[in-house]
Amino acid sequence: MSTNAQNFASRPLPVPIDPTRVGTPRGKAGRSVAVHPLRGQAFETPKVALTDICLSYRTQSGQRMLALDHINLQVKTGEFLCIVGPSGCGKSTLLHLIAGLHQQTSGQVLVDGKRIAGPGTDRILIFQELGLFPWLTVGDNVQFGMKMKGIAKAEREEKTRYYLRLVHLLQFKDSYIHQLSGGMRQRVALARALATEPDVLLMDEPFAALDAQTRDLLHDELERIWEETGRTIIFVTHNVREAIRLGDRVALLTFRPGRVKREFTVDLPRPRVLEDPSVARAAGEILGQLREEINRSLEVEYHVGTKPHIEIEKEAQL
Amino acid sequence: MKRAARLIIFYAALFGVWTLLAELKIWPPYLFPTPWGVAQALYSGFQDHTFVIAIAVSLRRVLIGYAISVVLGMLLGLGVGSSKFLEETMGGLLVSLQSLPSICWWPLALLWFGLSQNAILFVVVMGSLLSVTLAMEDGRKQMPRIYGMAGRNLGASGFQLFWYVLLPASLPFIISGLKQGWAFAWRSLITAEMLYLSLGLGQVLMMGRDLNDMSAVIAVMILIIAIGYVVDGLVFKSMESRLQRRWGLISST
Repeated sequence: MSTNAQNFASRPLPVPIDPTRVGTPRGKAGRSVAVHPLRGQAFETPKVALTDICLSYRTQSGQRMLALDHINLQVKTGEFLCIVGPSGCGKSTLLHLIAGLHQQTSGQVLVDGKRIAGPGTDRILIFQELGLFPWLTVGDNVQFGMKMKGIAKAEREEKTRYYLRLVHLLQFKDSYIHQLSGGMRQRVALARALATEPDVLLMDEPFAALDAQTRDLLHDELERIWEETGRTIIFVTHNVREAIRLGDRVALLTFRPGRVKREFTVDLPRPRVLEDPSVARAAGEILGQLREEINRSLEVEYHVGTKPHIEIEKEAQL
Repeated sequence: MKRAARLIIFYAALFGVWTLLAELKIWPPYLFPTPWGVAQALYSGFQDHTFVIAIAVSLRRVLIGYAISVVLGMLLGLGVGSSKFLEETMGGLLVSLQSLPSICWWPLALLWFGLSQNAILFVVVMGSLLSVTLAMEDGRKQMPRIYGMAGRNLGASGFQLFWYVLLPASLPFIISGLKQGWAFAWRSLITAEMLYLSLGLGQVLMMGRDLNDMSAVIAVMILIIAIGYVVDGLVFKSMESRLQRRWGLISST
């Protein structure tokens, strides 16, 4: 695969839709986790399709560094896809590409079969650092996207109230961001993203900085909101159990360059519980694979041998 | 309370020494007026509306000039702060231009705009533009990148992005520059007015000189200080504390 680094530019034009990569419908029967691709399935146009995405950049020493290597992923309308991988595998960058905030070196991001041109409110990204506007109240943050779209004030107010109620923050409408706790800020970011009524919600490790209880609560809320609103969600995390807890499907990325190592379909009934043995068992399968990537990342980053068991334990407990 | 008492004592002592020196009549009263004489000059200046008109004219000029330099300076600063090319080329020029007193533009302004209001405005703009520009450039760099990305993500672009995101996001970083710009604008205005018979506080001050009326000169000086202080205290201080409260930089209680 290392040859890809040199010759991706000369590859033929990517095929817009690759039927071999379409995931299974939600709730399909099956035991524990199964590895796909499923060939020959009838397919609809995927909501989001990444075809042969490559991203390289020049490091300070002048070398060209391949960050993402021929990423092919497809997400169906209403699907919840989780992307896991060791830190530094480019999973956040991938979300930025889908959001249109950065430009890939080659390959295409297609939404409803159409190539995206820059940012668009059909895809809203919830940043890891949230990026809530401290100069605006909670309510004004939530209606920011609608204001940019030019939606009338009365409608904005109404929708703001609706989405704030959805995340249980209506009574904090006039507060400023710094007055809220971490979990509340997460929910404001979620409401702000939802209020723009995007088809696709992109979430970049949104719950990584929260305590366990708050995270459990937000998992429940996110799942409920996802079911209520029918949005397509692409959720990036380094936490395998969180991915199993939430995702219909889990894509595992390799470490540097980021490649799709494998895709897993999670066929566990919802709502799932983080502590449930079936979740742990499913996570175990993916963790085995993730472990190899973490080993590689540790080798590269610290130049130590393969001794990352403590790291893995930590990962598994999250 | 203690602070107030100290202030009262300080100013009482200041006025005491001033009165004493004036009453000793070491210098004639037209060279060294008494506080009482200055108070009278202030009173009569307001009585015959000279000061009222002068203040109105000066404030109008400084507001127009300052508004122009804020708008231009922000755009310029945003450009220089966002573009590597502009920063490398124009950045040094802007910094070096700041060492030029704005009144040096007066001869050029006279040639370009004639002996008019516009010539004064030009000097005012040149006095404060650079402060605002440099502050905005700095603010653009210090501002966390996430806000711009979040704004674009939520559908803001072009002017919307500037007005609703980049500008408010950089305000905490540029407010001291805006304040400095205001101080420069006010000083440039008074200087320019002193060179040109044009109503305004600067001209009233020069009138006092021509009439050898030092009471009036000091009265106008007090007015110039007072207006600068009031704008700083009322406008900028409250803006600063509101920003800090909103951003959570100080506790809201």
